[in-house]
Parts: sequence; structure tokens; C-alpha cells
Amino acid sequence: MRLSFLTAIAALVVLAVIFELLRRRQLREKYAVLWMCAVPVILLLGFFPRLLDSISDLVGVASGVSLVLFLAVVFLLMVCIHLSWEASRLEEKTRTLAEEIALIRTMLRERDQVK
Amino acid sequence: MINNKRVLIIVPAWNEAESIGEVVTEIRGELPGTDVLVVDDGSADDTGAVARNAGAIVARLPYNLGVGGGMRLGYRYARTEGYDVAVQLDADGQHDPRYVPKLVDALQDASLVIGARFAGEGGYQVHGPRRWAMGLLSLVLSAMAHTRLTDTTSGFRACDRSLIELFADWYPVDYLGDTVETLVRVIRLRYRVRQVPVAMRRRFGGTPSHSPIKALIYLCRAFLILVLALIRR
Repeated sequence: MRLSFLTAIAALVVLAVIFELLRRRQLREKYAVLWMCAVPVILLLGFFPRLLDSISDLVGVASGVSLVLFLAVVFLLMVCIHLSWEASRLEEKTRTLAEEIALIRTMLRERDQVK
Repeated sequence: MINNKRVLIIVPAWNEAESIGEVVTEIRGELPGTDVLVVDDGSADDTGAVARNAGAIVARLPYNLGVGGGMRLGYRYARTEGYDVAVQLDADGQHDPRYVPKLVDALQDASLVIGARFAGEGGYQVHGPRRWAMGLLSLVLSAMAHTRLTDTTSGFRACDRSLIELFADWYPVDYLGDTVETLVRVIRLRYRVRQVPVAMRRRFGGTPSHSPIKALIYLCRAFLILVLALIRR
């Protein structure tokens, strides 16, 4: 019972943070969708951490709580990989912008000198 | 103009105010028919101003991108302005501009020409892990290119119009990627590569790194870059 209490509170905190970020338009839709999908799962498992006990028996995990933990780690790992992929793309984009700006400035200066 | 070709000399520079003036002056003295583009890679000192006063065209990046970022900008400039040949040359004075016509001549039967140390001319020597790294790279890349390449990390190279087009769109930003990865890609795209022996000089300014730990890191990075370059599409 005490476990459910702890996980339920954690779920509510996560929910509140995500909701507030979405409300303040701090998250792009593509990320918002991801977290909107995650919220009900987090809430449900937060209030009933033993919900997965029957499934965990099936796949050979001792307790439903461990299964949740395992799935959570996998999920977070995927999110991390996604974020480093996004960061690489953003770096490439800012690099291109920096180069284009430098190119434009150089050509402007040359044009001024010719006149 | 060299051999009736419009030649752009690209000099990537980051905090090289000490040497860049002398380098640009020397290039303009030795190669009067060419244009010199100094890519100031977000320097904190007055590299850009010094280069401009010495008579170079200066392209200044708003922040530091690393060698490769500067190089791609150089090739973009070459593509936009319609140069036939682009030559890249270091800002520290190691590369002697008197070899440039030799490199450009060699472009007649290759798309990329590398000015190589260790190929007979000059007394440049390296030791330890750095030497193993260079040995490994030259072994693998020579086999791939079916020609002897003794200095795959040389930043002294000349390329023709087809590679200017390629490098203007694609040029790895990382250190070592800028030399090794480009070389692997160029070979895999079946362009012809060859090397021309050059002598390296002492740098005008700055100090080369000699720490063994740095040399070891260099070896690991060289290996990683090579593996990545080989498996990347």
C-alpha cells in the first residue's frame, strides 16, 4: 500500500510538470505527443504498480514492478538516443547557417569594394 | 591563374594572428595569379583583420566550428564564385606555397592531390602512437586508392571542380574527419587521388603538441574515424 502511495505521488508530479510545460508552449507538438502518450501509462502504473503482475509471470519476470522498471529504462534510453540524434541534426543546421551567413557577409563586402 | 585555371587558396585559421599575415603575404608574392581566402573560424584575436590587411579575402564565421566547418565554407565560396581549382593550406606556415603549382599540375590526372610529407622531400619525422596511427591510415587508404599515399592527414591538398562541388555540400567538421574521412569518401566515389612529395617547414607561430597522451588519443581517434568512414554510407 505504501508503495502505491509513493509511485502515485511521483506520477502526479510528472504529470503536473508535463502539463505545465505544454500549457506554457515550451514543448513542440512532436515531443508533446510523446509525453501525452506516456502520461496515462505513468499515472495508471503509478496508482496500481502491480497491474503488470500477470504479464510479468508470462515473460518470466519475478514481479510486475521489476517489469515496469525494466520497460522504463528501455523507454528512457530510447528517448536519450532520440535526443542526441536531434542534437546532431541541430548542430548540422546551425553549422550550415553560420557558414551561409559568413558567405553572404564576405560577398557583400566584396561587392562594396568593387563599387 | 595557374595552367589557365582559376585557383582559390583556402586558408582555415583560428587564432593565428601571429602567423597569418606572413602566410598570406608569402602566398600573394609566390602565386600572384591566385586569390587567397582566409576562413577566420571565430578567432578571438585579430586574425581576420591581419589577413585582410595582407590582401586576403576574409570570411569570418560567427563562432568556432572546427577545421571542417571552415573548410566547407571555403569550398562553398569556391563553388559560388566559380573557381576551377581549390587548394587548402595551413595558416601556421608549415606549407610552402611554392609547391602549389606542382599540386595543380598533378590535377591533370587526378581529382584530388595531396601534398605529402614522408614522401622523400624534407626531414619531417614523427614517433610513437602518432606514427602508428599515420602508418595504419596510409596502409588502409593506399590499398583502397590503389596508389601510394604516405600522408593521409596532410592538410595541404588541391582539388578540381568536381570535388569543390562535393565538398561544398559535404565536409566533416571533426578534427581528422576533415582529412581522413574526406579521403575515404573521395576514394569510395571513385575519384582519382594522388600525392606529390612536399617538404614541411617549421611553423611561423604556435607550438606543435608532443605529449604522449595526446598522441595516444590521436591514435584512437584516427582508428575510430577510419572505421566510421568505412562503414558510413
